[in-house]
Amino acid sequence: MMFLRYAIYRFITMLLTLWVVSILIFVIINLPPGDYLSNQIAELRATGQAEGVAKAEFLRTEYALDRPIWEQYLIWVGMAPGPQGWYGLIQGNFGWSFEFDRPVSEVVGDALWLTVLVNLAAVLFVYMVALPLGVIAAAKSETWVDYTAAFVGYLGLATPNFLLALMLFYYGNKYFDLPIGGLMAPEFEGEPMSWEKVRSILVHLIVPTFVIGTSGAAAMMQRLRANMLDELSKPYVETAKAKGLGPSKLLAKYPLRMAFNPFVADIGNLLPAMVSGSVLVSVVLGLQTIGPSLLTALKSQDQFLAGFVLMFVALLTLIGTMISDLLLVLLDPRIRYGARGS
Amino acid sequence: MVTPLLDVRDLSIGFGSADAVVRDVSFQVMPGETLALVGESGSGKTITCRSVLRILPQAAQIRSGVINYSAGGKTCNLLTESRRTMRSIRGNQISMIFQEPMRSLSPLHRLGDQVGEVLRLHRDMRPGEAKKTVLDTFERVGFPDPTRVWRSYPFEMSGGMRQRAMIAMAMVAKPELLIADEPTTALDVTTQAQVLGLIKELQLETGMAVILVTHDLGVVANMAETVVVMNKGRVMERGPAPAVLGSPAHGYTKKLFAAAPMIPEVAAPARAETSDDLILDLRNVSKTYTMRAGGWRKPVTITACHEVNLSLQRGKTLAVVGESGSGKTTCARIALGAELPDPGGEVLFRPTKDADQVKINAMSQQERVHFQRQAQMVFQDPYSSLSPRMRVQQALTEPMEIHQLGTRAERRDKAAEMLRWVGLDASMLSRYPHAFSGGQRQRLSIARALTLDPVLLVCDEPTSALDVSVQEQILCLLEDIRDRVGLSYLFISHDLAVVARIADEVAVMRQGVIVEQAPPDTLFYNPRHPYTCALIAAQPEPDVNRPIDLGLVSQGAGKPSSWPEAFRFEGVAAPALTELEPGHKVRCHV
Repeated sequence: MMFLRYAIYRFITMLLTLWVVSILIFVIINLPPGDYLSNQIAELRATGQAEGVAKAEFLRTEYALDRPIWEQYLIWVGMAPGPQGWYGLIQGNFGWSFEFDRPVSEVVGDALWLTVLVNLAAVLFVYMVALPLGVIAAAKSETWVDYTAAFVGYLGLATPNFLLALMLFYYGNKYFDLPIGGLMAPEFEGEPMSWEKVRSILVHLIVPTFVIGTSGAAAMMQRLRANMLDELSKPYVETAKAKGLGPSKLLAKYPLRMAFNPFVADIGNLLPAMVSGSVLVSVVLGLQTIGPSLLTALKSQDQFLAGFVLMFVALLTLIGTMISDLLLVLLDPRIRYGARGS
Repeated sequence: MVTPLLDVRDLSIGFGSADAVVRDVSFQVMPGETLALVGESGSGKTITCRSVLRILPQAAQIRSGVINYSAGGKTCNLLTESRRTMRSIRGNQISMIFQEPMRSLSPLHRLGDQVGEVLRLHRDMRPGEAKKTVLDTFERVGFPDPTRVWRSYPFEMSGGMRQRAMIAMAMVAKPELLIADEPTTALDVTTQAQVLGLIKELQLETGMAVILVTHDLGVVANMAETVVVMNKGRVMERGPAPAVLGSPAHGYTKKLFAAAPMIPEVAAPARAETSDDLILDLRNVSKTYTMRAGGWRKPVTITACHEVNLSLQRGKTLAVVGESGSGKTTCARIALGAELPDPGGEVLFRPTKDADQVKINAMSQQERVHFQRQAQMVFQDPYSSLSPRMRVQQALTEPMEIHQLGTRAERRDKAAEMLRWVGLDASMLSRYPHAFSGGQRQRLSIARALTLDPVLLVCDEPTSALDVSVQEQILCLLEDIRDRVGLSYLFISHDLAVVARIADEVAVMRQGVIVEQAPPDTLFYNPRHPYTCALIAAQPEPDVNRPIDLGLVSQGAGKPSSWPEAFRFEGVAAPALTELEPGHKVRCHV
């Protein structure tokens, strides 16, 4: 019951945060003088293409870019009626991309889900690699196991992602016949989902996951190792030993549980770091994720597209933080009881 | 002849290539017997007892020796058994209690789970059966509501309760041997008395043997049948408790005895003359803290001290004694102006006899700077109160630099002089604190407090982190300096015996209120308040013929509603502090 109440409370605060974030995003995007259309109009005027100007002017009123900024904001979010009535983010309209001359939802489309997919895979990879390696490195600290793990970790941290990507593509293709670039074989693009398509996506995911996840995994492994080492010297570990608990069970039940908190708390930070960190990788690997479109949108002041992508990343972050907060409450009674005020 | 349960022979343990920290230690434990391993820090007593279960630090190597354990007609050498066999002995036949109940239990697992784990590991029991056994054990160790304890986390309980849970964990499998490593050192005296009583009772009931590791001869006298005194890794003296405690043969044991602080037996107290030259005067000082609660809940107020009146005469020592959470440190902080009393209270300070009184609770910035020169503090933990990155000279001259006193050379000379005052050599000025022992460090922090020529010194438990023999030296030093320069001390302690020798006036605090106040002689000769009586009774005496009176302890340490009529009260309506005889104030109904 208590947990449910906390979860609801946490959900509401998340929505409020998202709202504040939307204001920030909108203001920041509009900070540089001018907008996509006024730039375009100026350019058209300079080149003397009058009919283009008329269309751009039409779009300006159509998308309310001629109104004061706060009104623009309210219309964008959907908290005030615009030229097309109540039709903003809340109502499910993500806006119009001037750069691509299509609705944002169409531009982003599949990329949205592929982004989530790639990053979820990377996060899973991070956790699946960091957890066992970190624990083993701590349990066998200052032996060759520890040193090897640390070496591999630092290698992962120090290698630039795009370089790693190119190397993996080359050798992966040469020895394991892994596909190069893209998130699925070209023939499946735009096709409805099928087993073949899923299989193709999975095979294509291997290299990106590895590339995006390596440095995160290395960093997290080191952190987990350090936490574990701290915990291993605590008296309660000795108590457990004196009870007659076997080494692996002891490790998993007591110090690992304690070292787990920072591990879980990282979920929130991991997601946005990966989305923004994977932009370069996505460009290099030719992944149709949201990263490259964000880059173009920001460059050309395509405000609705940029705004939507940023909102999406913010949403991912907030969801990640919420998940980690809720997990922490489930995992650690001290936090649970602290929240209860006892 | 009975085979000993545990036979330790010629045990030597060392770290790396350094000299052994435990050398040729031998002793035997008979079934059902209590053996006390006594020694100061660094004597090797903890390493010795841990080697029995082989839970030593990784770097430790057992260099020689045999630990034979005989139970059920079988004998095995615990040092050479396989890891698997050791695991089946740990917690099952030999179990252990550790020093810090706060940190020795996992905060993330319920107590029922942690205690029940022993049975899951060693007994073939169905979960229901195991739970029943655990609940019985909880009840046995004195928890009024075992099912609640089963569901509780350690951080929901007080230190004494956690140690009870630890004992339950050690006892649940009914071991043959219990190793208790300083089981009560981290606890308050009254709690200590009750926990010791509990261990003894359980031992009588189950017939297990106990190895009690302790530094406190008083605890030994109350518990042990056999005593092994250790120093620097060697056994100094070994024998039955009455003999060793009654007439110690070895010089080291004698020294330990001489240093053990004791509550003196007083005949009739002499009347002390009083003067009205007060250096420090706390009037009606209360302090409440408001805990900010999260979310929509109402904030909770906590009263740290309530209507405290204390006055310190120039050149005297006023001791505030109480257990943890009694508000004694809050009083010290308020006296130093580090914290403000609630409105209505005031703290007055008169630096010299004819100077004007300063209101500590309402000082101007200039007055504060001036006051900080005249009042200094000595802290509890000499290990963390000196910066490890500052040389002694830096540490000692820094206060003078802050107050811009003297030239560089003068400051250096002053620092050297202060070092000599505290019994250290001026040549130590260029060393770092890690080169000093605990006692020497405490001398350093006293020297640092003295460099500004203060008139008032607040000592917050200055000896409680130190070994007994060192404690003795520090107390002598403090007395010495007080009499040499006419300092006045506000002395905070949890230990009545320490206070007994240094104080001119003792105030006993309980949960933020002073319950009794008198000169030490009067207090020990004629303690009136049940809580004071409990504190005095709980103090373990190194004398086998004077065991702790548990009845007295548990009554005084219990709830105010269980006290005798004259002192009883409900809730917060404590009676007023009444002067029963001149200089002896007790909180009671007249």
